[in-house]
Amino acid sequence: MSTVVKATRRGFLKTAATAAGGLLLGVRLRGDTAPASKLNAWVHIAPDDSVTLFIHKAEMGQGTVTSLSMLLAEELECDWSKIRTEFPGIDAAYGRNQGVVGSASIRTSYEPLRRAGAAARQMLVEAAAQQWGVAASECRARNSMVTDGNGRHLGYGALAEAASKLSVPANITLKTPQQFMVIGKPHKRLDAPDKTNGRAQFGIDTRLPGMLHAVVERCPVFGGKVASFDASKAKAVPGVKQVVQISTGVAVVADNTWNAAQGRKALVIQWDEGARAAVSSASISAAFAEHMSQPGAVQRQNGDAAAALAGAAKKIEATYEVPYLAHAPMEPLNCTVDVRPDRCEVWASTQGQTAAHSEAMRITGLKPEQVLVHTLYMGGGFGRRARSDYIGEAVEISKAIGAPVQLTWMREDDMQQDWYRPASLAHFTGALDGDGWPVALTSRVASPYFGGPRTAVEGIADMAYAIPNLHVDSHDVNLGIPVSYWRSVGYSQNTFFTESFLDELASAGGKDPLEVRRRLLAKTPRMLAALELAAEKAGWGKPLPAGHGRGIGLSNNIGSFTAQVAEVSWLEGKLRVERVVCAVDCGQVVNPAGVEQQIQSGIAFGLSAALKGAITIDKGRVQQGNFHQYDVLRIDEMPFVEVHLVPSEAAPGGIGEASTPGIVAAVANAFFAATGKRVRKLPIA
Amino acid sequence: MPAIRFTLNGKSQTVDVVPAMPLLWVLRDTLGLTGTKFGCGMALCGACTVHVNGQPIRSCSMPVSGVAGKNVATIEGLSAQGTHPVQRAWVEEDVPQCGYCQSGQIMTAAALLAKKSVPTDADIDEALHNNICRCGAYQAIRRACHRAAQYHAEANGFSRPAQDGGAE
Repeated sequence: MSTVVKATRRGFLKTAATAAGGLLLGVRLRGDTAPASKLNAWVHIAPDDSVTLFIHKAEMGQGTVTSLSMLLAEELECDWSKIRTEFPGIDAAYGRNQGVVGSASIRTSYEPLRRAGAAARQMLVEAAAQQWGVAASECRARNSMVTDGNGRHLGYGALAEAASKLSVPANITLKTPQQFMVIGKPHKRLDAPDKTNGRAQFGIDTRLPGMLHAVVERCPVFGGKVASFDASKAKAVPGVKQVVQISTGVAVVADNTWNAAQGRKALVIQWDEGARAAVSSASISAAFAEHMSQPGAVQRQNGDAAAALAGAAKKIEATYEVPYLAHAPMEPLNCTVDVRPDRCEVWASTQGQTAAHSEAMRITGLKPEQVLVHTLYMGGGFGRRARSDYIGEAVEISKAIGAPVQLTWMREDDMQQDWYRPASLAHFTGALDGDGWPVALTSRVASPYFGGPRTAVEGIADMAYAIPNLHVDSHDVNLGIPVSYWRSVGYSQNTFFTESFLDELASAGGKDPLEVRRRLLAKTPRMLAALELAAEKAGWGKPLPAGHGRGIGLSNNIGSFTAQVAEVSWLEGKLRVERVVCAVDCGQVVNPAGVEQQIQSGIAFGLSAALKGAITIDKGRVQQGNFHQYDVLRIDEMPFVEVHLVPSEAAPGGIGEASTPGIVAAVANAFFAATGKRVRKLPIA
Repeated sequence: MPAIRFTLNGKSQTVDVVPAMPLLWVLRDTLGLTGTKFGCGMALCGACTVHVNGQPIRSCSMPVSGVAGKNVATIEGLSAQGTHPVQRAWVEEDVPQCGYCQSGQIMTAAALLAKKSVPTDADIDEALHNNICRCGAYQAIRRACHRAAQYHAEANGFSRPAQDGGAE
């Protein structure tokens, strides 16, 4: 796969020689930062007709395997049953920043993969035309077969070799959306069979000859270090082979995971707990609150909010707070590594292949081409697997013991050593004019930043509502609890804040929550159309039984517009989310079945946060360890969800994080409608 | 340590491990049957569900000594070709997302259907309440349970086929 033989003018499609025979075409994805000579996806058409898409994405449930294959199949005109996707090992031939974050897979692949499919199809058609001595225009491709007007036909597999000797066409014509046969039609997941018979290989399922198993004891206080430890009792546990100190703690290596975990219990470790041993949820909340009276860094300013507030007919204010949240993917973190003197192989369920590769290079001192990262299925990621801490640990252990090793985090490790969705405190003030319409809004946020202020205020500072006087500022208040990406990132809390406060403004002005949103979204037609669709399908305004209420939650993130109406009941002190209607404009839909799955999924994820989730800190330690202390949504708590797509030919938006923000707000607002009580702190229960 | 014997997916199996070692780790680490998943280690999430003498149990919290002399069935043994009504229904309803919890969901659902051939929504809620799916595929799981019951009924309407793969 390394011999690139031809390049097109624009340098994003190339053919290459392959030992396996057939046609191999390289593709350059949008947004990639690698040098122009490097490509990051390959399409292979084998002599046996099979089509394989090798691409540096990963599958964590979001359906990339299926939807990326659909993009290719649309233009390639191949038999759907012949197509499959592989996630090849990352190596130096590939570009930087490979991974799956920010719901970007479709957005970066939409055009390049269709172009690749079209180029390959044109080459296969040309190969057939040459063989038959006719013009390519007399041939057509359909269902992995090229035919001409005279009843001749040749399969793609039979043409692949000849096609590989042709130039990549300079002019590629893509179908219009009206011509789509695959895109926009529901397709079942290609990975479903293997995920129902036990064959799907997740990172944790990696098995290597001679592989040992490890668990790591880490300081329960964030930032703490090993002062000293006594491994003698641990080493006496049956099956324990070695105990080694690594940068994050002490690793116990055994012949199986259970024995390693038993050995870990027998470790005696003295910790230097460091500076954060006194941090608690109360001290964090107090630190946030201290900042509320001080101006923060301005993140958005429109008009003159202070003046508008001073002259307002009516003013209201509210403070909202959310806790830290764990990701809790069903597959606990794990990584399998084999470090040799001249080579390091990593098998990982990771959202960040390039970061994993860099981490392995850093620890081993090996060159890029000596480190290979194998991408396996992820049992959920939700942002957690964009970090590489667990990968580095496994590399350190394998390097120390000189053997292949699988590191497994117990559930308690996963929950107590996470990079959490940040806690946040936000204070809002709002002003209404004499007719009760919002004319000014200010918001001040105190929350730990990561990578700048954006994540602390997205969902507030970029609100779609046309409020003429707007002022948003923020404080970075970091007490040393690790924070990072969590499905929908800053929108996960800020959409709850903004949408709740908008409801409060509507209520204070005596307006219907739908009416206020309609008015403020007049200049955001895609958001408005999603809202109208959701409201109509939900029967907004129709009478409900006593104890029931409806609420709206809107979000505009990852390039998509999502409107939700939740209906809840509050009966005998028990909150139940009965029904959710979600309308989404995510641009051109690739796989409607996949969109529906992701909307459902994002809603379940958001409901866990709205109703249940809270990571609390005491003495610098996370107090939750397993699902009995950090509960998540169950089957009997899942509302009936209806998904409605707003027809759109706009460029595709993301979908994996589209519905998580809005559902939290929709439920909180529905709770108010049902009970008259505002939700200003999560979880609701 | 005395060897522990049990029947695994229809075949006799002997393991020589610490008797307190949970069945989950014997399956995954000793025998290399990785279809059964580790999720919580405390019988809280259901990812590790297998059948012991036809009953769904959490293998993470069952010492291997507890299955001595018993019949153990894992996802790999539910059917030879993935054709158990529950598996067919799961594919047809496009249930899995990340898929990690699905072995446990399927084993729990299969045990439910063996006990109650036409489960109600309430039956499904009760049986699957402790099977966590972080992807939230619950609505599809519910549909698939009903569809599996339908497949089961259709199969039984024509004949009484032999158990596929001898799971139970």
